[in-house]
Amino acid sequence: MSEIDLAPLKPAIEKFIPLGRSGLLPALHEAQEIYGWLPEQVADEVAKSLRVPLADVHGVIEFYALFYNEPIGRKVIRVCTDPACALKDADGLLNRLCKKHDLEPHPAEGHGQTTGDLSLTIEPSPCLGMCELAPAVWTMDDGRWTVGDGEARPRSVVYGSIRELTKNCGDGTTSLKQYGEYKGLQKALTMQPKAVVEEIKSAGLVGRGGAAFPTGIKWEGAANAPGDQKFVICNADESEPGTFKDRVLLLDDPHRTIEGMCIAAYAIGARKGYIYVRGEYPYIVPVLENALNEAREAGYLNGFDIEIRVGAGAYICGEETALFESIEGKRGFPRIKPPFPTTHGLFGKPTVINNVETLCNVPLILERGAAEYRKIGTEKSPGPKLFCVSGDVTQPGLYEVPFGVTLRELLDMAGGVAAGRELQSVLFGGAAGAFATSEHLDVKMTFDDLRAAGLPLGSGVVMVFDETRDMRDVLKRLGHFFAHESCGKCYPCQMGTQRQMEILNRIAEGKVEEGDFIRLQDVGWTMTDASICGLGQTAASAVLSAMKLWPELFKDDGRRMRDEKPVLKGENRKEAAIEKKAAKKSGKPRSKAAKKKTVVKPMKKTTRRKK
Amino acid sequence: MITLTIDGKEITIEDGKTLLDAARENGIDVPTICFHEATTANAICRICVVEVEGQRVLQPACIVKAGAGMKVQTRSEKVIRARRTILEMLASTMDLSEADDIQAMMYDYGASSSRFPDAERRESEVKDDNPMYVRDYSKCLLCWRCVQVCADDAQYTYAINFEGRGYETQIGTFFDKPIPETTCVLCGQCVGVCPTGALKPKREFLLEQGMSPQEISVLNTGRKNRSKVKSQRS
Ligand SMILES: Cc1cc2nc3c(=O)[nH]c(=O)nc-3n(C[C@H](O)[C@H](O)[C@H](O)COP(=O)(O)O)c2cc1C
Ligand code: SF4
Ligand code: SF4
Ligand code: FES
Repeated sequence: MSEIDLAPLKPAIEKFIPLGRSGLLPALHEAQEIYGWLPEQVADEVAKSLRVPLADVHGVIEFYALFYNEPIGRKVIRVCTDPACALKDADGLLNRLCKKHDLEPHPAEGHGQTTGDLSLTIEPSPCLGMCELAPAVWTMDDGRWTVGDGEARPRSVVYGSIRELTKNCGDGTTSLKQYGEYKGLQKALTMQPKAVVEEIKSAGLVGRGGAAFPTGIKWEGAANAPGDQKFVICNADESEPGTFKDRVLLLDDPHRTIEGMCIAAYAIGARKGYIYVRGEYPYIVPVLENALNEAREAGYLNGFDIEIRVGAGAYICGEETALFESIEGKRGFPRIKPPFPTTHGLFGKPTVINNVETLCNVPLILERGAAEYRKIGTEKSPGPKLFCVSGDVTQPGLYEVPFGVTLRELLDMAGGVAAGRELQSVLFGGAAGAFATSEHLDVKMTFDDLRAAGLPLGSGVVMVFDETRDMRDVLKRLGHFFAHESCGKCYPCQMGTQRQMEILNRIAEGKVEEGDFIRLQDVGWTMTDASICGLGQTAASAVLSAMKLWPELFKDDGRRMRDEKPVLKGENRKEAAIEKKAAKKSGKPRSKAAKKKTVVKPMKKTTRRKK
Repeated sequence: MITLTIDGKEITIEDGKTLLDAARENGIDVPTICFHEATTANAICRICVVEVEGQRVLQPACIVKAGAGMKVQTRSEKVIRARRTILEMLASTMDLSEADDIQAMMYDYGASSSRFPDAERRESEVKDDNPMYVRDYSKCLLCWRCVQVCADDAQYTYAINFEGRGYETQIGTFFDKPIPETTCVLCGQCVGVCPTGALKPKREFLLEQGMSPQEISVLNTGRKNRSKVKSQRS
């Protein structure tokens, strides 16, 4: 192995040394920015500087998909191959990109491929949170991120019947000047912290991150927990396939989330907060940094400061306890609950963790008062709600509506099913959700009505499939997503997601084996009943709902919906633009280290173990 | 003391005990795989799950504390399905030939080792890189015990950790280095807690390979050799 110049590394990671192990992810990000990947000597140096055991550092690098322990291209193109993007021919795009660069075309479940001269890596990716702009492409070129055809950040496409949470969204980042004063916080500061918690409770605010837990009760738990060191965390890991609402909220209106966090901190007595942004949203980081600086200068972050942490490609790190582990510099393994975060959260201290959208409701509640806030939505599900509408609709985008509109009303707002086709189904709530059909069109979208209909609200995903779509292909992709994202801690999910994927793969190919229906059900129920965390507990949710709706798909190789996919015109434009940029930029060296030819033994991560 | 019901039987035990303690102390069998007295319980294998009335999901008996008035079923339909499926998935994943306890459980639960046709198995070559033990991760069921005793549960040596994630998880060293190039002190604690023969004393391995005890003693896997290996590491 060639020698690697460690000189630029030391000053770059110096600032993380006081953080100890908790500085591991930031230090690895920094190191990877310098070297393009994480060679052994670099990992060794990071480990020694932060005093983390070598094997543990290796374990962390191995866990996160966006850390590489083998060289990758100076330019990396990632194409999302999850359901919403697959509908817009993501596979075709990926294959054509590969072919153009003499890389083997690969199926959706393939791993990344790199050209021999290390100029380019092309990788299929789990959902990139740009489903309304499908097919989503995320490119890193010489350390600079772009999306789509080379834009600095994804466009925001915002619609709906009300504009409360999204008031400032749709037209670039809202500065503090445009946002105005933190009126909700100012109001909160005139109240007792207990009264703030009461206000949130009487507003009936319920978490929007997927678990639908009452926010006021969560805050009360942390406020009452003993200990003088407490934390407020904003969960911006947004990786649920089909979800992109938090991306829009943070990019276009960062102050709303920051204000929400400040109010939470006052209510529970926290002096430190974190915003954990998924690694696939790097373009949000400078926007947040800038907004935090504005808020600091304006004196809003008095006695409470917020640090930004960036994930590295792991859906599981959206699970609250896995997220704590990740901030602590570990593999993102969920913890056993109880104890719960409100008493034993980050670093074992009382912690409130809330989703971005949840926090965005908070200033609204404080500013207007709970009673006024409750005028939006229904009695039992008050407030505004964001839905991420993607797939086969005329107008995909982020929709803000009051709780209580029906699925039909929402789809009508989105222009109905595209191309004049009939609706086949809606994936509701995300990959961890369930399928709805036209029978569910008049279900009111509230927590109770949806629960009664067996549809989880999840993270607000409404992914539409028209009559021409092969649902088996959709299921195959969901299966692949969970197998790729299982952390591997507990047996039901570690092996169950793999077995589920294998069965769904053969079903998608029309090669159903005898007993597959029951086999799939046993695996699904075992994951649901016996897994440690929400990932495993919901990894079969959509599959089990599909088995109820369309049992015939799992039983024979019936030809239903297997007609050729319609070829939609104009879909090749995007890749032409990406191509042009690739040709322009290729061959440009990005760093001293990357210029040197390095030959290393490939590690397990990108080479599949066995077929 | 608290009182609860397990499988319809009223049981009174000391406060702070787990459901597993409560069951076993009263002659009710609950299987375990990952659980071990010497390591921190992580409740990862989930073979010990039981049904507790009022709980949405099954509960791991090895860590859930027995509570007053709890109604527990250790053999409900849900429990049996989960246990059987976990065992069947294990059999389709790894080499259980030396995991006698698990084979016995498979028999108990009527689990078929061929339930999952065409399943991708987790295979790995045998790693024979040090004088003390041999590692064959095709037999590893990821109970975490070796990693735990190597770290905070016993030795504080941190020589091994995890590679990959999900189904592709495997126990490994820093950048796959051979054991003598790691912080490993060849204490053998990991070998002692491994339930499946994935970690095996070198001597036992060689005997199985057909070597005679005399041939092995010439190889000298004793302390002298071990300290030589140690001093080779800088
Ligand atoms: C696998 C998994 C992934 C999750 N991902 C996210 C996420 O990306 N963002 C989020 O806010 N919550 C996510 N959650 C839910 C969090 O665990 C937690 O419930 C939430 O952040 C709490 O905030 P809320 O009460 O405001 O919804 C996830 C849960 C699981 C099980
Ligand atoms: S359910 Fe899946 S993601 Fe959650 S702990 Fe178990 S293996 Fe990890
Ligand atoms: S090697 Fe043995 S002790 Fe270590 S995780 Fe695997 S089965 Fe458990
Ligand atoms: S013995 Fe309880 S989870 Fe493994």
